[in-house]
Amino acid sequence: MIVELNGQTEQLPDDATVADAVKAVGVNGETRGVAVAVDGEVVRRADWVTTPLADRQAIEVVRAVQGG
Amino acid sequence: MAEQRVAREAEGAEGAGFELGGRTWGSRLIVGTGGFRSLESMEQALVSSGAEIVTVALRRADPTAKGSALELIDRLGKFALPNTAGCYTARDAVRTAHLAREAFETQWIKLEVIGDDRTLFPDAVELIEAAEILVDEGFTVLPYTNDDPILARRLEDAGCAAVMPLGSPIGSGRGIANPANIQIIVEQASVPVILDAGIGTASDAALAMELGCDGVLLSSSVARAKDPERMAVAMRGAVEAGYVARRAGRIARRFHAQASTPDDGIPELG
Repeated sequence: MIVELNGQTEQLPDDATVADAVKAVGVNGETRGVAVAVDGEVVRRADWVTTPLADRQAIEVVRAVQGG
Repeated sequence: MAEQRVAREAEGAEGAGFELGGRTWGSRLIVGTGGFRSLESMEQALVSSGAEIVTVALRRADPTAKGSALELIDRLGKFALPNTAGCYTARDAVRTAHLAREAFETQWIKLEVIGDDRTLFPDAVELIEAAEILVDEGFTVLPYTNDDPILARRLEDAGCAAVMPLGSPIGSGRGIANPANIQIIVEQASVPVILDAGIGTASDAALAMELGCDGVLLSSSVARAKDPERMAVAMRGAVEAGYVARRAGRIARRFHAQASTPDDGIPELG
């Protein structure tokens, strides 16, 4: 499937889950301070492995950065 | 003895602790983590500031980023307060707050909804809407707001845990542009008032506290100072000094002089 991953068009396997998207971004999903939204809605960490993605979805994987 | 008592007072002991969001904090200084030249510089400044609450942000994950600010904050035992920096609409701010709740496992959010990128002034309409939604959802909402007493009251009415008026534009270092408005906000507020944004140097932070603010949130003034660690020490002292000065009760301003030495008994010398 084709998805928008952090603003980039990416090809993922058809059975990809949210956890696969996190891996594709290259961050360690185990660490605190990482969160994911699919089409603007947050997917809880506990549900990453069981939440399938669909073609054309927009996925945002964010992490803590310094800020004021 | 008095010195010790006052020092303890400044540090929040003897019932002078700082109540915010249902918790008691010792330090009235909140420090932003943005703008530091290195993590090492940030660590030194955060330690020296004595701050217990430090702000963090969320951005797209970048695997090439070096070091982890959050790991450092956790190691120092500071409370990471996420912000919604960069949001222009209530919708974006609410979604960012949801991400922050998940990422940081906290209901606390420093709510920022800005109107444009030149002034970084809050968008009052979007801010109120986002605050109402997030309070309804159970968030502890700390809104960055204009120095507008009516808007501050509306945010308090919406159920925000504090109001955080700007002194002057974010990162401008122009200090408190309208001290009278800050005073009015303080007078009418029944939630903590935290001066957020515009602080340039220690005297600005002291003034905020002398005006009756409950705390100061600053970032650039420390992070971008020539020596951030030193400036953090200065800010810590300024917040404590301003807080104690407010409680001590300053003298009224007078136009003319008033001698502090008595006139009686001046010798005739000539």
